[in-house]
Amino acid sequence: MRSTFIATTTELLADDPRAALVLADISAADFRSAARRHPDRVLNVGIREQLMIGVAGGLALTGLRPIVHSYATFLVDRAYEQIKLDLGHQGVGAVLVSIGGSYDASAEGRTHQSPGDVALFDTLGRWTVRVPGHPDEVAPLLRSAVRGDDAVYLRLSSQANAVGYAGADRLRVLRRGSAGAPLVVAIGPVLDAMLAATTGLDVTVAYTHTARPFDVAGLRELADRDVVLVEPYLAGTSSAVLGRALADRPHRLLALGVTEVDLHRYGDPADHARWHGLDAAGLRRSIAAFLPVGVA
Amino acid sequence: MSQSTTTADRVDPVGPLLTRITGDEKHGPSAHSTLDVLWVLYDRVLRITPETVDDPDRDRFVLSKGHGPAAFYAVLAAKGFIPESWLDDLAGPDSRLGHHPDRLLVPGVEIGSGSLGHGLGLAVGMVLGLRAQGLTDPRVYVLLGDAELDEGSNHEAIAYAGATGLDRLTAVVIDNQSATHGWPGGIASRFTAHGWTAGTVDGRDHEEIRAGLTGHRPGRPHAVVARVGVK
Repeated sequence: MRSTFIATTTELLADDPRAALVLADISAADFRSAARRHPDRVLNVGIREQLMIGVAGGLALTGLRPIVHSYATFLVDRAYEQIKLDLGHQGVGAVLVSIGGSYDASAEGRTHQSPGDVALFDTLGRWTVRVPGHPDEVAPLLRSAVRGDDAVYLRLSSQANAVGYAGADRLRVLRRGSAGAPLVVAIGPVLDAMLAATTGLDVTVAYTHTARPFDVAGLRELADRDVVLVEPYLAGTSSAVLGRALADRPHRLLALGVTEVDLHRYGDPADHARWHGLDAAGLRRSIAAFLPVGVA
Repeated sequence: MSQSTTTADRVDPVGPLLTRITGDEKHGPSAHSTLDVLWVLYDRVLRITPETVDDPDRDRFVLSKGHGPAAFYAVLAAKGFIPESWLDDLAGPDSRLGHHPDRLLVPGVEIGSGSLGHGLGLAVGMVLGLRAQGLTDPRVYVLLGDAELDEGSNHEAIAYAGATGLDRLTAVVIDNQSATHGWPGGIASRFTAHGWTAGTVDGRDHEEIRAGLTGHRPGRPHAVVARVGVK
C-alpha cells in the first residue's frame, strides 16, 4: 500500500498543479525524484509534525491541496490539536495518509503504534476515513480524495486481504446467510481473518474500506438483530455510529478490534493480531460466544 | 512622544472604536499592547483593503496571538473591513466578534486563533503555497506574543523558515515580558540563531514600527520585536 501511495502521489504531483505533499522526513527518500521535479510542492519540513500540519493548513488556505504523510502516531496523535485547529477550525481540508496504524510496526514497539487514530478523528467530525484492505484499493481512494477539498484520512497498512474490492465505500456483501442471519462487518485489512473465522457459520459477511461516513443505509438493510463488527484499530471505535444507526430497533452488537492494552511486547503483526484476538481463531472464539446457540 | 498621551489618542480614529467595544474583554492589557503595531500594519504596510480580502495577491496578516483581539477588531472597523456596529456586541450569542477571532465569521481575518502557537506554522504554509502558485509579491505577517513563544510549535516554524530562507515571512513579536521564564539573551536572538534577520523596536513608536516592519532583506525571513510596557 505504501508503494502504491508513493507511485500515485508522484503521478498526482505531475498531473495536478494543486497537489502538494508535506512530509516530516518519513518516506522523504521515496519522493526524492518528485521533490526534484516539483521543489515548491514537495515540502519536507524535517522531523516537525506540528509544523507539518500547520503548513498543510496554510497551503490549503492559499488554494492548494495538501497530502500529508507520516506514521499514524506522529501524523495524528502527536499533531492532534493542529489537525483540529489548523485544518478543521480554519474550514479547510487536507488528505492525511498514514502508515503503521495499529501494530504494523510491531517490532518498533508502542512508540510507533496508533490504534486510537480513527477514534481521534471521530472527536472532530466531518472527516472521511478510508481504511483500504488491499493495495488495489489505495490509488482510486487517493485520487478521489485529492480531487476534492474536504478532509480525508487514508489509513494504509502493511496488512492486506488477498483480494481488493472496488466501490467498497458501501457495505459489500461477500457471503450471504439465511434470512435474519447475523451480520458480520469487516473494515479494511481484517477481512480475510474474518472470512476464515466465519467459515461454515450461517452469517452474512460484508466488507467496507470506508469507516467514515459509515454506510448506515447499507447496515440497516443488511442487519437483523445480531451484528458483529471487526475493525483493525481500537475496539469499539465505531460502536457509537452503529448504535445510532440501529437505535430504533432491538439489536445486539459485538465490536471487535485492537484492545486498549499496551502489551509491551515486540514480535510481528501476526503475533499482535493473535494477542488482541484478531486472528481467525480469536475472532471465531469471540463470535461463537456472542452468537445465538445454533448459529455457531 | 509625550508620556501622557494615551495609545488610543495616537492612533485616531481607532481610539473611539476601541472604547466602543464593550462587554467582558477578558484579555484587556494584551489587546492594547498590540494596538500601535496593528495600526501601522494596516495604515502603512499591508497591501490589503476591504475590496481585496479574497485577492490571491494580497498581503496576509495572521494574528497568531488571538488573545485580546479588541484592538484588531477596532482596526478592522476603522479600515472598513467590518461595520463599526459589530463592535457593540463582543462575544454575544449572535456576535461575529469573540474573545478569539474566527476567520469564518470576520472578513479580513486570515485565521481563527486563540490556542497559542498555531499562527506561525500556518503562515509558513501560506508563504509556501503562494510561492508554489507563482505569487511572489504577497508578504505574510504574523503577530505573536513573547509568552506565546513558549509553545514549541513556534520553534519548529522558526527553525524551518530560517533554514529554507522564507523571505516573504515577517514575524512580529509583541514583547510585554509576559513569558513566565523570560527569554534570556533576548527574543531577537531566537530568530537570528536560525538565520532570520531581526530588529527590536519601541512598540509604541509608529516610525520605528514602520521601519522594523519593512526592514526585511532578500533570502531571509524577518522578525520584529516590538517592546511595549510590562503586562
